[in-house]
Amino acid sequence: MQYIDPHIHMISRVTDDYHRMAQCGCVAISEPAFWAGFDRGSAEGFRDYFHHLVEVEPKRAALFGIRHFSWLCINAKEAENVSLSRDVIAMIPEFLQRPNVLGIGEIGLNKNTKNEATIFQEHMDLAAKTDELILIHTPHLEDKYKGTRMIVDMLKNDTRVKPHRVCIDHVEEHTVKLALDNGFWCGMTLYPTTKCTPARAVDIIEMVGTEKIMANSAGDWGKSDPLAVPELILEMRRRGHPETAIQKVVFENPLEFFRQSARWQEPFALLNFSK
Amino acid sequence: MDPRVKAVAAPKVLEQSFLEARSKLLDIAAILDRITRGDAAELVHQDVKISRIIEALKILQGSSAHKAEQIQKLFSLPYDANWEIPTPRY
Ligand SMILES: [Zn+2]
Repeated sequence: MQYIDPHIHMISRVTDDYHRMAQCGCVAISEPAFWAGFDRGSAEGFRDYFHHLVEVEPKRAALFGIRHFSWLCINAKEAENVSLSRDVIAMIPEFLQRPNVLGIGEIGLNKNTKNEATIFQEHMDLAAKTDELILIHTPHLEDKYKGTRMIVDMLKNDTRVKPHRVCIDHVEEHTVKLALDNGFWCGMTLYPTTKCTPARAVDIIEMVGTEKIMANSAGDWGKSDPLAVPELILEMRRRGHPETAIQKVVFENPLEFFRQSARWQEPFALLNFSK
Repeated sequence: MDPRVKAVAAPKVLEQSFLEARSKLLDIAAILDRITRGDAAELVHQDVKISRIIEALKILQGSSAHKAEQIQKLFSLPYDANWEIPTPRY
């Protein structure tokens, strides 16, 4: 089955991962800008990172017939440094017209601090000015519920925000409805120990349905599985869910959300199919 | 809700998941045993993490159909609706 992994950090993965993802049916991925595992020393470090996201990864992905898209921002962890964040946000417009950029992300909260909230709002100001899609990281573990509530408060407080152009990511049992009931898209992250398992993600789908929901691996430099989306496909099949419903979650939904971006390009596989 | 993704029949879920549930319960039991066996076990009684685990086990004994959500909330920090929301710059 063709699928899209809407959230994966390929900068931290080896080329063999692209190969195996393609073998499993992956036709497109999107890679949000995130924390590198260490705090960068200057805004120039982000310039190099953004260059990697818009130039290097699309070429590496294309070798395996995968379309690579990216999202730009300063992540919530480094957003604690407000002056660095403002320098990075000022640099983002230089990269926004690159052909694989889908929007602003993954912005969000980490420890739910005042500085993080300030920078979250300043990213939203930029997204409103440039009319970009927004991808949102919600905090981990004990901080998730509070952080997701705060993020929804900020989104609803900003009258420029169009909920159908926002995806709230890393939702779990206690936060999925905060996203969906307010009209936002949402993503479930299949990640060992700290987030969802494929089985729990399918439980969530059974409880909330298949509208405006997608699943991703968030594969990165931590112990994670770049083939987590195919695991979800297998779990849905094991439970007897029809292929049409599976395809909606792993392919049609991310496609529908991403197609709102002016710079979306159809996956190679779809273009070749119509020839 | 999507009628195509109905929950699997309860007896089938039990049949398919029984060994997995047994295994995970044993893992929790073994973790608690390991804590008890370790030096300075008395110190953990003051640690909120142990009381959270005990509370979570009580949730498992209840009749709610949303035990996973309840456990998620148990392990969550409280939200204050009166926090100071930043002002958008139009
Ligand atoms: Zn991420």
